[in-house]
Amino acid sequence: MTDRRTTLKLVIAAAAAMPALRARANYRDNLEPGASEPGDVRRFEPTIHGYGPDPDLIKAYEKGAFWPLTMNAGQRQLAAALCDLIIPADEHSPSASAVGAVDFIDEWISAPYPKQREDRDTVLNGFVWLDGEARRRFEQPFAKLHEAQQRTICDRICDASRAAADLRGPAQFFAAYRNLTAAGFYTTLAGRKDLQYIGNVALTHFDGAPVELLRKLGLA
Amino acid sequence: MPFVTASSQRGPYDVIIVGSGAGSGQAAYTLCMEGVRVLMLEAGRRYTPATESPMFQTPDMAPLGGADTPDKNKGFYDATVDGGWDVPGQPYVSVPDQWGGHFTWWRARMLGGRTNHWGRISLRNGPYDFKPHTRDGLGFDWPITYDDVAPYYDKVELLVGVYGGDTSLENTPAGPGDTLLPPPKPIVSDHLLMKRAPRLGIPVLPGRRAVLTRAQDHRTIPGRLHPGNQRAQKILAEAMKKRSPCLWATPCGRGCAVAANYQSTTVHIPPALATGNLDIITDAMVYEVTMGKNGRANGVRFVDAKTGKHEHVTGRAVVLGASAYETVRILLNSKSGPFPNGLANSSGLVGRYILDTVGSSVSAQIPLLESLPPLNDDAADGLQVYVPWWLYKENLSHKLPFPRGYHIEYGGGRQMPSAGTFAGLEWLTGGSYGKKFKEDARRYYGSFVYYDGRGAMVPNDKSYVEIDPKVKDKFGIPVLRIHWQWGDYEQRQAVHMQQTFGELAEAMGGRVTSPIVTDPLRAVAPGGYMIHEVGGTIMGADARSSVTNRWSQTWDVPNLFVADGGVFPYNADKNPTLTIMALSWRMSDHILERMRRRDI
Ligand SMILES: Cc1cc2nc3c(=O)[nH]c(=O)nc-3n(C[C@H](O)[C@H](O)[C@H](O)COP(=O)(O)OP(=O)(O)OC[C@H]3O[C@@H](n4cnc5c(N)ncnc54)[C@H](O)[C@@H]3O)c2cc1C
Ligand code: SF4
Repeated sequence: MTDRRTTLKLVIAAAAAMPALRARANYRDNLEPGASEPGDVRRFEPTIHGYGPDPDLIKAYEKGAFWPLTMNAGQRQLAAALCDLIIPADEHSPSASAVGAVDFIDEWISAPYPKQREDRDTVLNGFVWLDGEARRRFEQPFAKLHEAQQRTICDRICDASRAAADLRGPAQFFAAYRNLTAAGFYTTLAGRKDLQYIGNVALTHFDGAPVELLRKLGLA
Repeated sequence: MPFVTASSQRGPYDVIIVGSGAGSGQAAYTLCMEGVRVLMLEAGRRYTPATESPMFQTPDMAPLGGADTPDKNKGFYDATVDGGWDVPGQPYVSVPDQWGGHFTWWRARMLGGRTNHWGRISLRNGPYDFKPHTRDGLGFDWPITYDDVAPYYDKVELLVGVYGGDTSLENTPAGPGDTLLPPPKPIVSDHLLMKRAPRLGIPVLPGRRAVLTRAQDHRTIPGRLHPGNQRAQKILAEAMKKRSPCLWATPCGRGCAVAANYQSTTVHIPPALATGNLDIITDAMVYEVTMGKNGRANGVRFVDAKTGKHEHVTGRAVVLGASAYETVRILLNSKSGPFPNGLANSSGLVGRYILDTVGSSVSAQIPLLESLPPLNDDAADGLQVYVPWWLYKENLSHKLPFPRGYHIEYGGGRQMPSAGTFAGLEWLTGGSYGKKFKEDARRYYGSFVYYDGRGAMVPNDKSYVEIDPKVKDKFGIPVLRIHWQWGDYEQRQAVHMQQTFGELAEAMGGRVTSPIVTDPLRAVAPGGYMIHEVGGTIMGADARSSVTNRWSQTWDVPNLFVADGGVFPYNADKNPTLTIMALSWRMSDHILERMRRRDI
């Protein structure tokens, strides 16, 4: 079996690939590009060199431990502004940038792997579009805008299924960036607390579903 | 020091075992406990779960939040090291299937093989699964029955520790009562399935996985497994005491430092080493079985992966357990005068009838599971419940367009958030961002479930492996070329899975996260995805129609045995590993008997 986390991740990652269509890619769409006509013989061999197939799994890593981060100061400002527009501080938890989401995204788009290289293009091109749009409409870079101004821009691209045809690219960028911001935020302790996640602690016994809750849900 | 090298080995050895996964681990255990001197050769590095398992590490401590990459295909913290969908310097060749897709071959290269990270789902084959041809005229029967294997299922379950529930459902057997440990208590999403699936006539049973839900009974089990062998009993009792029950936390796929689940490296190899009868050479890539003048195997040749040196080790018998297709590769690369087409291949069937499992998945979002209070849903890392195949009669009466069944692996709950947990929620949130997004995340967190279908595959002529005439790996060893096709039955079965999962989602008041796939070509996962490789050295009733006999002994070479899934002439829906171990134990008992008779 694939374990439950992997499966959920796979399913969700596939869904994320086409957020606009709400369609999980089926198996044939998941095939690597290059899979081709019958009769074509293909060799499988890895070509990418990242942290390698046998990294130390015990130690904790700083962002950028395996490959240099790439965002410049301006990009980081924009990255932080957008992170916090997507996940702002509220009464439950801090904002995404306050818990390192910018570093997370920088590390992500700096990684040598194909998926991350693709996201790198999406994110950096999206940054250019976003700042261009901010300057065109409000004569300021995006990071300098008020939240209301930022929202005027992002409301048009926050849902790819509703975005105008000429905004499809920016909308895809926004979807990808929201995925990355959520990944950066909810994989931290602050994110887990926000969700009231209480698992991953050693227990002497496991009780399963509480009976009162089952009763309330009509499942007892 | 039982970890030796070619120069420090302490031969002579009775048995050379290739590989160290489920099949080889079991063989080493059984043989060493009975006093047989074993040398195990493992292509990958030494691996120590007690110190290397990143059990409680959180995603923020890993690069990319622990996401999977081409280097670590199941995520940064997965126990697999040096292996996966690709192994550097060790390519294989794949001929595309009927749609231009490829068989993908997951390979382990580490001590313990795939058992370090496998899903631990441990289902027994039932009586029908050993006699499929008799039942519906398709494929091949095994030359053995369920009753032949049942005592070995009992033994393996007692040794490794498997939780589960007793059942009297058709073709879904359990042992005599006390071989299984208690199953974990169901979580909320399990209760929903348990309540609603029966409305569709679909049964739900306790899951079965190789996890210790309580400490093993080290007082009685050793005596039952090794009657009359005081020394083995003592060693096993000590080994069992060292295993902790499950901590009800941490993903099993990262490995279990406290040995609460089954890994060859925590359950089979330690007691085998404690006997003093086991030596292990790691980084030993075996490529050839060598033959003596008497028509018997006398050892194997390997490349030392670290130095590139070629070595030869000898023994009275050879057991291959390099994983099904890799074992085929070794046999086909072992050409000699009497065996121009590869060793043990007089039937021409070495490499033929390779099998995987039919896979198809759907996930669903369930409004009833939204905004639940904080819950610890970890259990023993999944499969508290599952759905066994329930339409055996419909198979038989041809009411279904496919002849064999599948089971459903089900899961959900408030799992530790990972890099993908909140990706792609637009279809639910309308593209929210800001405070609303955080509220949406809280609302939808834990409201997803998945259904993974795992189905039987009927063997076919178009799925086979052979040696590629040109390509070699970095050691200079010729590599495999894999041919793969799903048959119509498998494709139709996958469509049935999709439709069933859609119905289940509806019965649970939910919505599927993607359209149900009804195109047969697209419903079935590509070959290899389920990582249940079996077949290629299939066992059968005679030397013309099979490679191995009922004892997993090759017909052509009496002291050459296969301990991995290669011997499966049929892959039922049941995940293969428990059966691999049971057959390996049975094979090892047979080797012992022959050694006592001085046949070997
Ligand atoms: C993600 C995942 C989840 C799984 N979940 C389940 C599950 O829930 N239930 C289930 O039943 N099965 C599951 N499986 C399958 C299970 O892991 C295998 O069936 C099982 O490990 C097979 O055991 P084996 O001994 O045949 O092979 P392996 O465990 O693969 O061991 C073979 C060993 O041989 C070594 N080797 C290979 N070639 C050579 C060579 N030339 N010379 C020397 N050594 C060599 C390898 O390095 C490896 O260590 C899963 C597999 C994966 C990858
Ligand atoms: S869930 Fe239990 S068996 Fe699995 S790794 Fe954690 S402690 Fe070990």
